[in-house]
Amino acid sequence: MDEKIVIIGNGVAGSTLALRLAEKGAASITLLSEESSYFFSRTALMYVYMGHLTKEQLEPFSRESWNQYPIQRIKARVLSISPEHQELSFRTSEGNEKQLSYDKLVIATGSKPAFYDWKGLEAKGVLGLYHLNDLEQLEEWAPNATTCPEAVVIGGGLIGIELCEMLLSRQIKTTLIIRENFFWSSHLPESDAQFVEKHIRSHHLNLIKEDELLEIRADENGRAASIQTKKGKTITCNLVGITTGVRPNIEFLKTSGLELDKGVLVDEYLKTSDSSIYAIGDCAQLRNPLPNRSAIEPVWYTGKLMGEILAQTFSGELISYNPGVWYNSAKFFDLEYQTYGKVSPKTLQPESEQHFHWETDDKAVTLSYDKTSEVFLGINTFGIRLNHKLVSHWIETAITIQEVIDRLEEAHFDPEFSNRHYKQIKHAFLQNH
Amino acid sequence: MHSYRTTSIQKVFTYTGLAGLAVLILAGFTISFFKSTGLILGLSLISTGVIGYTYSSYLGLPAGIKNNGVWYRSLTSRGIVAWVVGVVLTAFYVVLYFYPEYLEGIIRLFDPLSEGLSGKKASQWFVYGVLYTLAIVLFGIKFIKKYKHSKYQKYRTYSVIFFQTIFAFLIPEIMARLNGDLPYYDLKSIWPLNYYLFDSYQLDGFIQNGSLGTALLIFGILSTLIITPILTYKFGKRWYCSWVCGCGGLAETAGDPFRQLSDKSLRAWKLERWMIHLILVWVFISTVGVVYSYLLQTPDSYFIGPNSFLISVGLLFSLVVGLILWKRIDWLAKDARSSIIAISSIVILLLGFFFFSESDRVLFIPSYQIRSAYGFFIGSIFSGVIGTGFYPILGNRVWCRFGCPMAAILGIQQKLFSKFKISTNGGQCISCGNCSAYCEMGIDVRSYAQRQKPIKRASCVGCGICSEVCPRGVLRLES
Repeated sequence: MDEKIVIIGNGVAGSTLALRLAEKGAASITLLSEESSYFFSRTALMYVYMGHLTKEQLEPFSRESWNQYPIQRIKARVLSISPEHQELSFRTSEGNEKQLSYDKLVIATGSKPAFYDWKGLEAKGVLGLYHLNDLEQLEEWAPNATTCPEAVVIGGGLIGIELCEMLLSRQIKTTLIIRENFFWSSHLPESDAQFVEKHIRSHHLNLIKEDELLEIRADENGRAASIQTKKGKTITCNLVGITTGVRPNIEFLKTSGLELDKGVLVDEYLKTSDSSIYAIGDCAQLRNPLPNRSAIEPVWYTGKLMGEILAQTFSGELISYNPGVWYNSAKFFDLEYQTYGKVSPKTLQPESEQHFHWETDDKAVTLSYDKTSEVFLGINTFGIRLNHKLVSHWIETAITIQEVIDRLEEAHFDPEFSNRHYKQIKHAFLQNH
Repeated sequence: MHSYRTTSIQKVFTYTGLAGLAVLILAGFTISFFKSTGLILGLSLISTGVIGYTYSSYLGLPAGIKNNGVWYRSLTSRGIVAWVVGVVLTAFYVVLYFYPEYLEGIIRLFDPLSEGLSGKKASQWFVYGVLYTLAIVLFGIKFIKKYKHSKYQKYRTYSVIFFQTIFAFLIPEIMARLNGDLPYYDLKSIWPLNYYLFDSYQLDGFIQNGSLGTALLIFGILSTLIITPILTYKFGKRWYCSWVCGCGGLAETAGDPFRQLSDKSLRAWKLERWMIHLILVWVFISTVGVVYSYLLQTPDSYFIGPNSFLISVGLLFSLVVGLILWKRIDWLAKDARSSIIAISSIVILLLGFFFFSESDRVLFIPSYQIRSAYGFFIGSIFSGVIGTGFYPILGNRVWCRFGCPMAAILGIQQKLFSKFKISTNGGQCISCGNCSAYCEMGIDVRSYAQRQKPIKRASCVGCGICSEVCPRGVLRLES
């Protein structure tokens, strides 16, 4: 690999690719990033604000281990690329504009918060939770409950709930406004959504449902002072967190001639419409998404996997991208959540998909299966850890729901001495089935 | 300013606890004034302080991880408070080990309690034992409340509280009452942690006390050679380090707020491996030397003579090293292989030195001097002054990680001959770093988890906190 490989973005996708290539002995790797000099775990930003971790601890690989590889890093913003000249132009943090040529270019620029065109967005104290800089903004506008007694968070996804947990940890009175009728019911079946909702309310989060932001009003200093909702509510606040999702960060490619949709369109080998340009991570959009998976999946592990796959491809072993059975996990305050396979929310649930829900005070599961064939489709767990490989295997091999219920304990991954609920789950299933 | 500050109720209880300490110190100096009530008042205030602080911190809070503000608080982020506590603790250990005469007043305060238990007057070690046990009990309760959602955490804390109060504290006192000549023996303190087990005065004490003494001595030897390897094979070194051991008990309870301070660098890991194994060699050689010298003085009194003792030790040692090289050579990295060979050669050389010089000297230094140097530098300075005094600066497991020879032996067993490991759960890791940050042994847990590799490290004491703080349920301790 003597080619000159240039990677734009040092998030999990770009950094994984760079490291893997370096391990395989690639001679020339250049890693460009505007945001930070070293790769950090974006998913853990919340822990810095809450004081669980230091900023340095966010870096998954020590700087020592990075520096042993000949990876050239440039802290700069890429302005545009020109595929016909195999060249890109960038602006360094000092403001100099420069050009860089490549043999292979990889776009791994991730996402950015999706803000809609609400009125008053320019007020001080309006922010998303995505970049390192958002953390600094948050420290500036919401350092404590004296400076910021009240906050409003718009949008109830995984980042929104994290932001709520962060603000509440500093005793800031927090209101979360969501469009759905139950928390995250765009992704969770209603019984699960209600279960999570009960938990987040127990953490003193003020939840407003089925409403949306209309405008943000600022005080005489230009600082956010209140918001107005579509249903006419006015809520005073000193901070507005906007967590209404993310979208691919690809504006700089508009003039490049690359085929774009919401993201950069790529084939199963992660190649774009230009044969020497690839895209990985949140900004990549698969032309032909795999069954039960989305074309754009802004989650940690897909970015990592794409980086790993592309490193293989570059070293001559052509592998198509296949992330397998869908899975993910999150934590809502103290409630751990894992999901494997397909457990559709109410709005997307086909007639054929049957759900079985079981819960106690602090634990819940929902298993989904095909009504007629009784084939196991997926599972959501709350407060219960399951073995990823085994559950994925069950889904891949299409075993029946009955077999999963019987064998659920095999997938037990909770710490030793934890209460096991598999008998109750089985019992409840047999009664309802 | 951030808002992770101590609440006023927490402050009240902190001052209550400190007032208890002040009462003890004051009573120590003005003994006539406080004599009867000083001890009770002091210990009650300390207990009220810690328990009150615990309840004001965790009562009514939902079960879950309680690490908010750890890196903002002075005490837990090497701030001024941490340094003050560190200096005071260190000073206490220096006085305890080297200037106990300054504690005379406080020691006399504990006489009634000591007389009630063993019938003897209190010593500085009795005072230390009481305070140490009290710390494990009180901060153990705090730990249990903090991790109330986790049975694993609760059970192992009940266990360390039990072993400290019953085995380390009460049984030896009661044994002293029943049989005054029997050496003070904490049954759970196993050689080589208990490095003085085979000192001549101890051996005399055991042997001169008939069958009970002999039984205790045999139990001591079996603990090291048989019981320990079996339990470590089954459960990993955690059965000892975070379920039984007193040093571990203090580290896990009173030391819990400082676990994030351990050094995670590669340099620290390298230093750890050299230090802990050289200390193991040191205690091994000095113990062999001391026993050899004991046998040399009375060559025909025991079932084993000095030379046959040396030969059996040499054979046993070669057997263990041979077994490692034969069965586990593929598991060892290049540097580990060369270190094993280098260290084993040194040990065999030193054993040969004893044998052929027919003296207990190592390079002309008598073994009792090597043993007392060990007692001074490792037993006192390292395990006490640095190991505990520096909790707020270096973290709570400095002794266990860099110094404890028992941990070294258990670590070798754990790494090479144990069912224990930490499994990682497929691709769920998001590299957040909580596991590494809160690993008290300085293991970079994340580096394994994000590569989906199981963690099998010699130093892991199996506290299970990495698994607790993981927001994605990635880690599971297994054996």
